[in-house]
Amino acid sequence: MTQASLLRQIIDYSNRPNPYPLYAELRNTPVVREPDGAYVVSTYWEIESLLHDPRVSSDARNLSVPPTDDLSEPEAQSALPPSFIRLDPPEHDRLRRMANRSFGPPHSPRRINDMRGELAEIVTGLIDGIGDTSRFDLVDQFSYPFPVTVICRLLGVPREDEPRFRTWVDTLVTGLDPRRGDDEAERNRVSNEARTQLGMYLAGLVEERRKKPGDDMLSQLTTGTHGADGSMTTIEVITTSVLLLIAGHETTVNLITNGMLTLLRHPEVLQRLREDPAYSVPIVEELLRYEPPVQLLPNRTVLTDVDICGVTIPKGASLWLVVASGNRDPKRFSDPETFDPDRGDIQHLGFGSGIHSCFGAPLARLEAQLALSELARRLDNPRLLEDPPEYRQSAVLRGPRHLALACDGIRP
Amino acid sequence: MSVDGFLQRLRSEGRIVVVGASLAGLRAAETLRAEGFTGTLTLIGDEPYEPYDRPPLSKQVLLGRASAEHTALPRRRAIDAEWRLGVPATGLDMAAKRVRLADGDEVPYDRLLIATGVRARPWPNEAEAGLDGVFVLRTRDDAVALQRRLAEEPRRVFVIGAGFTGSEIASACHERGLPVTVAERGDAPLVGALGGVVGRVAAELQREHGVDLRTGVMVTRLEGDSAGRVRAAHLSDGSEVEADVVVVSLGATRNTEWLAGSGLGAGPRGIACDAGCRAFDIRGIVTDDIFVAGDVARSPHPLFGYQFLSLEHWGNAVSQAEIAAHNMLSDSVDRRPHMWVPAFWSSQFGVSIKSVGVPSMGTEILIAQGALAERRFTGVYGYQGRVIGAVTFDQTRWLEFYQHLIETTAPFPPPFPTVDRRSDGQRPLPADFPDPSVPTHGPTVTLSGYSPADRRITFTPGRH
Repeated sequence: MTQASLLRQIIDYSNRPNPYPLYAELRNTPVVREPDGAYVVSTYWEIESLLHDPRVSSDARNLSVPPTDDLSEPEAQSALPPSFIRLDPPEHDRLRRMANRSFGPPHSPRRINDMRGELAEIVTGLIDGIGDTSRFDLVDQFSYPFPVTVICRLLGVPREDEPRFRTWVDTLVTGLDPRRGDDEAERNRVSNEARTQLGMYLAGLVEERRKKPGDDMLSQLTTGTHGADGSMTTIEVITTSVLLLIAGHETTVNLITNGMLTLLRHPEVLQRLREDPAYSVPIVEELLRYEPPVQLLPNRTVLTDVDICGVTIPKGASLWLVVASGNRDPKRFSDPETFDPDRGDIQHLGFGSGIHSCFGAPLARLEAQLALSELARRLDNPRLLEDPPEYRQSAVLRGPRHLALACDGIRP
Repeated sequence: MSVDGFLQRLRSEGRIVVVGASLAGLRAAETLRAEGFTGTLTLIGDEPYEPYDRPPLSKQVLLGRASAEHTALPRRRAIDAEWRLGVPATGLDMAAKRVRLADGDEVPYDRLLIATGVRARPWPNEAEAGLDGVFVLRTRDDAVALQRRLAEEPRRVFVIGAGFTGSEIASACHERGLPVTVAERGDAPLVGALGGVVGRVAAELQREHGVDLRTGVMVTRLEGDSAGRVRAAHLSDGSEVEADVVVVSLGATRNTEWLAGSGLGAGPRGIACDAGCRAFDIRGIVTDDIFVAGDVARSPHPLFGYQFLSLEHWGNAVSQAEIAAHNMLSDSVDRRPHMWVPAFWSSQFGVSIKSVGVPSMGTEILIAQGALAERRFTGVYGYQGRVIGAVTFDQTRWLEFYQHLIETTAPFPPPFPTVDRRSDGQRPLPADFPDPSVPTHGPTVTLSGYSPADRRITFTPGRH
């Protein structure tokens, strides 16, 4: 079996429930060249070093070959310019810094922690609302609505608009999914269309906030000034909030669902969590290593020839970093295929690393900790009705589409 | 008796003594237990406190945001040790394998770890140093005393020395809204560690935050009032600064005096040891049973020409302690070298400064990313055509890459473009460190001539 076919298999939907044996095979050759010229890196130290390498660019305009079907870059040809996740310094730094002013330290050090009570209320409401305990879908009834509600409140997007933007977001996430063989041009067109629609929707909200600011992030991005950085243009506010809206829930839904699935497969850990909610902290860290919601980063390129592991990645080549594989690299973690929240040494790649490391990590951590500890506490004797469950399409943002559960009742 | 048998007995019922109950001492003790040492473990410390963390002392504690009592180091595991706190070690009998304590007690050992660290260098004039309002900052008690005085809102704080500690103190004063003057004998703050190019950025940073920064001057005298309180500092340029708090930040002195006469290779520059943390005796022979770790150790580093480096760095203390503890319990083939790449951080005036390697060995600097003018940049230091150090101002996340360049003796200047193409730095600049052959500390006397008859004394005044 050739290495190239390994990546095809990973992307192939039939392997979505368990891509980890394929990652193990992939790691036999840490740096692999694909037939289309892309380079796939699958081992921990190599990924980690590339994420800190200033010769590695996130800006699609630096690719020597225009994005192919594997690497569709909906943002590249969109009417909207790229958000900071697809930019390099100094533009990236400036935009991320400005966005961070209303999100985290040093300017808003307590923002996330202060949401704790609000998050707990949302969790309680959703668990209370589970009607039929003999069969319910954790994704539809909990894992999806929870982070969506949170990011909507944080940004200041009306929760009742969710059905509108959900369509656009679904289309965009589908566009991120590397697949071979379908109509690339058509897919890009549809993605661009969705991104533009979502942008126009947010532009409307930006207009409202400009007239009547609230204490949400959208208002702060719109009206705030940021010292030497000045203020964001309207377009920058839109691209940033598109990014935050999507990234703010498309990943956390998987973290929570993967988490519950993993806990149900490890009843002793679930039992311990039920008795000790604080155990959710190491559990979530281990989940980010063991079942990370973002499995691979397919959007980087190199600005010059870069030697790694005896392979020269040529200037302009596209780079796929398989973080989920790096997370199970036996050269980095002892006993990597075991889910062990008690492992002391856990510097995972679940949130990436370097300047693009996950912006929303503090919020995602808190959401997942609260969600899992409350589910563990309140669901009486929860059981998996399907294992493996039905997965979502995406090989990049991997997680169950549905997770059918049953329990004996809901504890107060 | 086989060596194996000895190690086995040492592990199960040996006696290990750690002198120095701070970061390095604690981490070593934890590592010993983690590696299965079940014998007697004694920790000796001259302060009455359990091991605490120092970085917060010059930052959060001075700002009044954290109390010095809450700086105790988190424990990685139970160490089941006998603590001898508040009792300094006063001597070492290498032949009898005993550590002497100030209270007259003696503690026998099979293996000894010395981690006595450094202390603040005091103001040299004892009478002036004794004035009320004159402080140093190294220990928990120092921090409590200084914080208390800052809280009384003195009219002006005067800081002597603009190294990292002095600059952090100035930053804390600024943040508390206190007028502050900093006197530095070099041309800029941080110039000894990072050179003039970066030092000038640090100088602008201080001045923009309202610090009265005086460079190229020395403090000649501290003056007290009739009640014995400090009231002014006199400078070598003839000026006088009125201040009711003076903080002396003139670097550190190594705590090795207690080893005088012991026969161990210990002196003012630290205790020499091999890469495995085993101490040398004064004959240059490595000892088998005495190990050193942390600020007080000096060990040869292959990346930096096998120079004996003494590093006052937090991470170095941890790593060296872990290695020393491991090697204490290991057979020679299982011992590990301490090959830590020097790294430190500082935070001042809202900027996070981090460095790796040995920038002060560099002769050139290249601003590889960012821009000096924005005070957000990565500076790479070159020495004889290779990368030897790097510093970042608010760009920490790239530092790991440059550390890798240092570790792999990559060429300088780096021959590749970076994502940040606006950088100042396509061309290296002289790093502008003070010339080590030019006296900066003050006037010196040199002798010339060979025979006693024609020996001449040449007096070199201080530079300013």
